[in-house]
Amino acid sequence: MSRYRMQRLGFALLTLISLVVVAPILAVIGIILVEGMGAISWEFITAMPFDGMKQGGIFPALVGTLLLTLGTAVVAIPIGVGGTIYLAEYARDTLVTRCIRLAIVNLAGIPSIVYGLFGLGMFVLFLRMGTSILAGALTLAIMTLPVIISTAEESLRSVPTEFRTVSASLGGTRWQGIRYIILPQALPGIITGIILGLLRAAGETAPILFTVAAFFLPRLPQSPFDPTMALPYHLYVISTQVPGMPIHIQHGTALVLLALVLSMNLFATIIRSYFRRRRQW
Amino acid sequence: MFAQKQAQAAHADWREFVIEALIRVLGFSTIGFVLLIFLFLLREGVPSFYKVPVSNLFGTRWYPNFDLFGTLPLLLGSVLVTVTAILIALPLGAATAVFVREVAPNWAREILKPMIEVLAGIPSVVLGFFGMHAVAPLIRGTLGIPTGLTVFTGALILAYMALPTIISVAEDALDAVPKSLRDAGLAMGATQWQTIWKVVVPAARSGITTAVMLGMGRAIGETMAVMMVTGNAARMPLSLDSLFRPARTMTATIAAEMGEVAQGSIHYHTLFGIGIILFLLTFLINLAAAATIFKKRRRGGLR
Amino acid sequence: MVEAKIHIDKVSYAYGENWVLNDVTLDIAPNSVTVFFGPAGGGKTTLLRLINRLNDLVEGTQMKGRILVDGQDIYNSEIHIPTLRRRVGMVFALPLPLPGTVRENVLYGLKLAGVKDRSRLDEILEQSLTQSALWDEVKDRLDHLAVALSGGQQQRLCIARSLALEPDILLLDEPTSGLDPISTRKVEDSLFTLKEHYTVIIVPHSIQQAARIADKAAFFLMGNLVEYAAGTELFTRPRKKKTEEYVTGRFG
Repeated sequence: MSRYRMQRLGFALLTLISLVVVAPILAVIGIILVEGMGAISWEFITAMPFDGMKQGGIFPALVGTLLLTLGTAVVAIPIGVGGTIYLAEYARDTLVTRCIRLAIVNLAGIPSIVYGLFGLGMFVLFLRMGTSILAGALTLAIMTLPVIISTAEESLRSVPTEFRTVSASLGGTRWQGIRYIILPQALPGIITGIILGLLRAAGETAPILFTVAAFFLPRLPQSPFDPTMALPYHLYVISTQVPGMPIHIQHGTALVLLALVLSMNLFATIIRSYFRRRRQW
Repeated sequence: MFAQKQAQAAHADWREFVIEALIRVLGFSTIGFVLLIFLFLLREGVPSFYKVPVSNLFGTRWYPNFDLFGTLPLLLGSVLVTVTAILIALPLGAATAVFVREVAPNWAREILKPMIEVLAGIPSVVLGFFGMHAVAPLIRGTLGIPTGLTVFTGALILAYMALPTIISVAEDALDAVPKSLRDAGLAMGATQWQTIWKVVVPAARSGITTAVMLGMGRAIGETMAVMMVTGNAARMPLSLDSLFRPARTMTATIAAEMGEVAQGSIHYHTLFGIGIILFLLTFLINLAAAATIFKKRRRGGLR
Repeated sequence: MVEAKIHIDKVSYAYGENWVLNDVTLDIAPNSVTVFFGPAGGGKTTLLRLINRLNDLVEGTQMKGRILVDGQDIYNSEIHIPTLRRRVGMVFALPLPLPGTVRENVLYGLKLAGVKDRSRLDEILEQSLTQSALWDEVKDRLDHLAVALSGGQQQRLCIARSLALEPDILLLDEPTSGLDPISTRKVEDSLFTLKEHYTVIIVPHSIQQAARIADKAAFFLMGNLVEYAAGTELFTRPRKKKTEEYVTGRFG
């Protein structure tokens, strides 16, 4: 019977390790929630920071992050969705197609700080955009492309091939098949991909360090050519660069950022499971 | 006479033609972005390779204020943190993947998978913040060392950041092991545990290797969390206790110093030079990982 | 002799280097039911899909020979493929309703063709569903999801979907293979009425079905056209030995 005791022991070990993996995740969320809750108030969300950021709120950082995310969406969605359609529906297995796939794998692997360097070199300096929302959004958009493309491509490919054949047999051109059948069916997956990409953009710090982020700027940006504060960078600044920063403000900022990103995550999950149940094939 | 397939394109009306052309351009754009990134890194980074003597560049001291640009401590710092992180993450990730795929009851899977997705979504800076305030004091207290901001702390945080990647790729690898192999194991009288351990895991080995490589690529490029918890001392991590002392990685160096350098200075170019090294390192790692995935797909294994 | 609706002229076809049709020549008369039959792998389905150029979607193929519809070479580069496919409708072996309602399914081809006139759309909707013997069963649930219909209803919906485009030619690839006998009967009955207006080519799912419905029948074996004759003749007095063996059930 020792084989079975061995099995019980093995399974117990695997369970234990999985707990070791999960527990810190719960700890991160739990601790930031408990410690940060106290700082959260209407004022904290909607007020300008003052007194060396030790008082007031995080309003400009929150708005900055929302604007950056919006800008990223405007740039990344058309490129990402177009690229996905090309890869899933048009590309044949040629050398160029393999190069595109390799490029996407590579884009996905480039460290976020290297995106920051690139944004600095190309957008801020070479194209003379200066540190601005525009430069930051462009940098973040390129970073999010592989996330959008890989998720969206999977959902396009999961639409049965037969639909394409049927559409063609009824006199549909390739684009009509995509437009009227494939895209509507793949839409939930595409939206999921877009949200996953954008939530990554919203939470990233390294790419915006030298392209947008202002250390302390107690007013809202007036145009895409202005720099702005941003939530993740703000958290970095107040937790490492400002001595004597009240700890509850730090936790409160972390909580807002975490809530923003996790709610996007939740939204993506809900969309995915809701539409998976409703699909007709 | 062969079928003329191009005929379709010749007849598509102009709107369709424009849309298809646009989609094609967007598809090719990803290649353009990679090239642009590399181009701009080269443009700003290459000057460092001829303005700074090689002996200096690969020296052991990084003191930019004294024109000492030795990148070796940064490189070793990155390698030490990354390798330690993977050593922690591999057993955790592989075991969790096996648990999720092979052992866990449905309800446990339904909890675990979203939790791991949540982990993947937590911003790096939040984990860094958590590391500073919760993990570092714990490590300092437990080990009785002067600071909790050490290589080990960084590696621990990094390990958790690499976990979602490792788990999901390892899961795919386990998933690709044919059912017949499992059944054969069980049919020969092996317990489920023996089958997992002796048949399934070895069969998924190359997939798990891929998982480790992708996790490594993720870890070596990680910036904010590492910068916040590893202490940022640019020293050669050669002694045995280096694991529990501060170190400085390449990514943290760029992040911390780029904001303060004069544009066009040697220091500025050298930071871009480090960027080139990072770009090439992650490129190679991901290329190797992708190669195994593509090879698998062709044989119909993984997918 | 009426002029041929479809003229297949020395057609050979290969996937990669695997030739599945060898030098096939035959004429198909208008307003008739022609049956392509024979054991699996004979090239029937491929030949069917060549007549509306649906095999253009497959990569790595090669073709020799010509196919003429109404005297026009459909592999000529002047041919507008969507227009061709509207003229040559196709129904597949498995019922494949598109996502959406019954109405959307039937009118999909017209939407792509840019037809917007509501009253005309309603008229065609009723007409094509009636022709495919489905109208009475679905007239009260035109806006229900197509996947909610039974298998037999779905297949008749697919026929209606092709008919809505008012094609000249209708290609059916084992349209009853997934259906029960009663549904099969309904589909076959609708085929008889269809041939008054259309040229029908069908790959049947059994010899019995072939014999029941064929005006003319073509027997395919390993990519070769073995025998082509009137249905009454081919199923009762086959001239070729292979045909006789197959028809009498000695192989296949």
